[in-house]
Amino acid sequence: MQKIVEKTLTKSDEVVILFAGDSGDGIQLTGGQFTETVELFGNDISTFPNYPADIRAPIGTLSGVSGFQLKFGCVEVFTPGDKYDVLVVMNAAALKVNLANLKTGGVIIANLSGFDAKNLKLAKYIDNENPLTDHSLDGYKVHAIDITKMTREALKESSLGMKEIDRCKNMFVLGFVYWMFSQKPDNTIRFIRDKFKKKPEVAEANITALKTGYHFGDTSETFTSRFQVKAAKLPPGRYRNINGNQAVALALVAAARRNDLDLFYASYPITPASDILHELSKHKNFGVKTFQAEDEIAAACAAIGSSFAGGLAATGSSGPGIALKGEALGLAVILELPMVIVNVQRGGPSTGLPTKTEQADLMQAMFGRHGEAPMPVLAVASPKDCFDTVYEASRIAVEHMTPVLVLSDGYIANGAEPWRFPASEDLPEIKKPPLPDNGKAFREDAYLPYIRDENEVRPWVPVGTEKYEHRIGGLEKELLTGNVSYDPENHERMVAIRARKTEQIAGDIPQQTINRGTEGADLCVLSWGSTYGAIETAVRDLVDEGVPVAHVHLRYINPFPSNLEKLLRTFRKVIIPEMNRGQLSVMIRDRFLIDARTVSKMKGLPFTVDEIKEAIQNELP
Amino acid sequence: MIAPKIKKKTADVNGLTPKDYASDQDIRWCPGCGDYSILKQVQSVLPEFGLPREKTVFISGIGCSSRYPYYMNTYGMHGIHGRAIAIASGVKATNPELDVWVITGDGDSLSIGGNHLIHGLRKNFDLNILLFNNEIYGLTKGQYSPTSPTGKVTKSTPFGSVDTPFNPVALALGAEGSFVARGIDRNPVQLRDILKAAHAHKGASLVEVYQNCNVFNDKAFDLFTNKETKDDHVINLETGKPLTFGGGTRGIILDGFTPQAVDLEKVSENDCWIHDPSDKIKASILARFFDYTVVRGDLPRPFGIFYQHERPTYEEVLVQQIKDHSHEKADLDTLLSGANPWEIK
Ligand code: SF4
Repeated sequence: MQKIVEKTLTKSDEVVILFAGDSGDGIQLTGGQFTETVELFGNDISTFPNYPADIRAPIGTLSGVSGFQLKFGCVEVFTPGDKYDVLVVMNAAALKVNLANLKTGGVIIANLSGFDAKNLKLAKYIDNENPLTDHSLDGYKVHAIDITKMTREALKESSLGMKEIDRCKNMFVLGFVYWMFSQKPDNTIRFIRDKFKKKPEVAEANITALKTGYHFGDTSETFTSRFQVKAAKLPPGRYRNINGNQAVALALVAAARRNDLDLFYASYPITPASDILHELSKHKNFGVKTFQAEDEIAAACAAIGSSFAGGLAATGSSGPGIALKGEALGLAVILELPMVIVNVQRGGPSTGLPTKTEQADLMQAMFGRHGEAPMPVLAVASPKDCFDTVYEASRIAVEHMTPVLVLSDGYIANGAEPWRFPASEDLPEIKKPPLPDNGKAFREDAYLPYIRDENEVRPWVPVGTEKYEHRIGGLEKELLTGNVSYDPENHERMVAIRARKTEQIAGDIPQQTINRGTEGADLCVLSWGSTYGAIETAVRDLVDEGVPVAHVHLRYINPFPSNLEKLLRTFRKVIIPEMNRGQLSVMIRDRFLIDARTVSKMKGLPFTVDEIKEAIQNELP
Repeated sequence: MIAPKIKKKTADVNGLTPKDYASDQDIRWCPGCGDYSILKQVQSVLPEFGLPREKTVFISGIGCSSRYPYYMNTYGMHGIHGRAIAIASGVKATNPELDVWVITGDGDSLSIGGNHLIHGLRKNFDLNILLFNNEIYGLTKGQYSPTSPTGKVTKSTPFGSVDTPFNPVALALGAEGSFVARGIDRNPVQLRDILKAAHAHKGASLVEVYQNCNVFNDKAFDLFTNKETKDDHVINLETGKPLTFGGGTRGIILDGFTPQAVDLEKVSENDCWIHDPSDKIKASILARFFDYTVVRGDLPRPFGIFYQHERPTYEEVLVQQIKDHSHEKADLDTLLSGANPWEIK
């Protein structure tokens, strides 16, 4: 007799899912498709891919596990989440690696055939103990599905070989997860049709697997609960999904295109910054010139050369590479040429944790050059924020004739989220310092390359401009002529001018605002960089509960917005969570004598929302 | 924006003289330094290229020779140690129509900047690289350099240097240089010819110039400049001509792969090696007229163009790739929206 099973619908504000499996299991594609579908549905989402650290880890092993984490919701989502509500694992290794981060009582969807004797052994389960049967998972809701078998069964009529059929497993899983979250598979069906245009049998097999997974949820008696996450109330507009490195690249293209500049990006491959080079090298039709230099130093120097010739020059790297570029960045400072330097930070020092995130290069950005070499520093808050911040860095570089350093990190570089992209006509204009045409710019027919405006900004005269021939260099220069000068008074004056030049930028950037909470709250959580998401989430939750806390997030680190000190003084206490040992705290204490307390985390992992909440609670009576 | 290749004009078109290329800065090299001659030869050939002055730019690194850009009334940049070629690459990539010169020394380009030299030659940007080789560190007051002979006694090597010197011409050939030449400060006529050829060459031209540092390494190249010895030790390379030296009394023949100096009274000039700078293997053998110990006979030091072979320059292909894609729509809004945008109302 058939049992009638009542299917219940649980409503959630936000859900964290991790898809995990072998690199060959199509995990990134599965996660990407789920992301697209809920985005179209209207959820806010934040995603983070987790690739195996080893390039070619053996199949089924712990080091070969690939993951795609996402958090989606009907509320604003700022991070890919901390602990998972749902863990989808294609094999035993994927479970073992990720179980610790599953919420108590969370859902596990396991591919049964990934837990055979061979896979259990590869995942180092002792004596082939099987977690699916030994009650070790009793605290979770486990759905072990024989995905391989059911996919094969569904595709038994297909002309495809067994290997190709097995490759459709991920679509079965995706179909099932769609069912579970009350999402329609239509967008993915369209995607598959398009992707396999030239291989209709492969397309049909994948679609069949997807639909089979979807219907399996409906018909199977084991599953009684589905989730529903309503659409979020996002501001109206046109959206796309974007990751941090892509957004950096697009910002550079946009800044160049919108302002008739020739973009030149020079870089040496380094994790996690290489994708900026990859992305930019695609856009030849926009006239983008990319240059894979022989080393980090050459990349920085080539960018300086490009800037001298009038190009919008940029270079990107990670901490170790920025260290190598240091001398050249000092040259860029003394030459006073515009360029953008992007540091996608990773765990250090030295090679450190190349695939893990950290924000410990702030001091390097501020002071990591010889001599007094002030440079504007901006930091990005999230993947989509990379666009606005890098565009802004380009603006400051050109309008203030200075190298500008942008701090991103591995978490932002690879994380993705929906982005309400601007219309090109709304992008701000970048005003090049004009070519001086008055007599003051010349002395006996010789052009004076270092005449300045009230902000100490000199004109940008690219090589090739008639009548303006001039020499610049790394030796200390005379005030106006740029000729070499060892005069003590002159040097002190030039050092002061370069410092003032950077300080003057404070008059050309927005005032600091409060992201969450109100002025004068008992506690201010001050942040910069990728800690933004976790802090914003934590403070939002606590403010909603009536806790007297506020969040202030910095984009401009050098110079600070001119009202920052005044704003910070309104709070009783300031804490600064940082993925370093307290580098922004050093700056805040030094600059304002405000007794900011550091909350440090140095694990190569971002802060969780709970960690931030705990840090806040610790400071409040 | 892609700049059209500039047509080279004739000398009288821009009407400039060598003096017009000199800046108002006092030259700070030691009196008697070989750098003066090189500066003068460059200033005297520049007007012949007929380029507007603003199209010429000199980029240098650090060292005595690298002060050079300050003395030129063109665009110029005095960069950082060893990095001139990297800086120049960026200049050329952004504006390929510029005439870009790199001024560097043996320490600058063969020690601290060695990486940029080899890759710059390989990448083949159209740069004219003048390597002032004085076999010593002058600016830092006399330490041995990567071209100083083994055993060289200097401030930093009181008991003689240990390492084997670079052979810059051989290094340049090994690094796929497309134009490799050697000149010397004391032979201005030849140097000017080399400079003109280097400028005419499309691609990276490496010109090693022996330059006397009369303060820290005087007479390092005496063998090649001294009246008494130079005839026997210098061989000037002329395309299509037999390799002869010693006032026409001696010549070079190739015995298999081995070059030999012969007496032209015994061997006919017609049997001598005919110089062909397009032949890379022969250029490589010529480059080895350096380490006297490994080849038979006393081989003279060659001066002139060792090798020249044009291949596409880096900036040419860079611009070509952009041209190849110029028919594709470059709409910024399409780029910003990506392939899968959606609308929230
Ligand atoms: S130290 Fe030597 S190379 Fe330098 S300027 Fe004096 S003579 Fe010339």
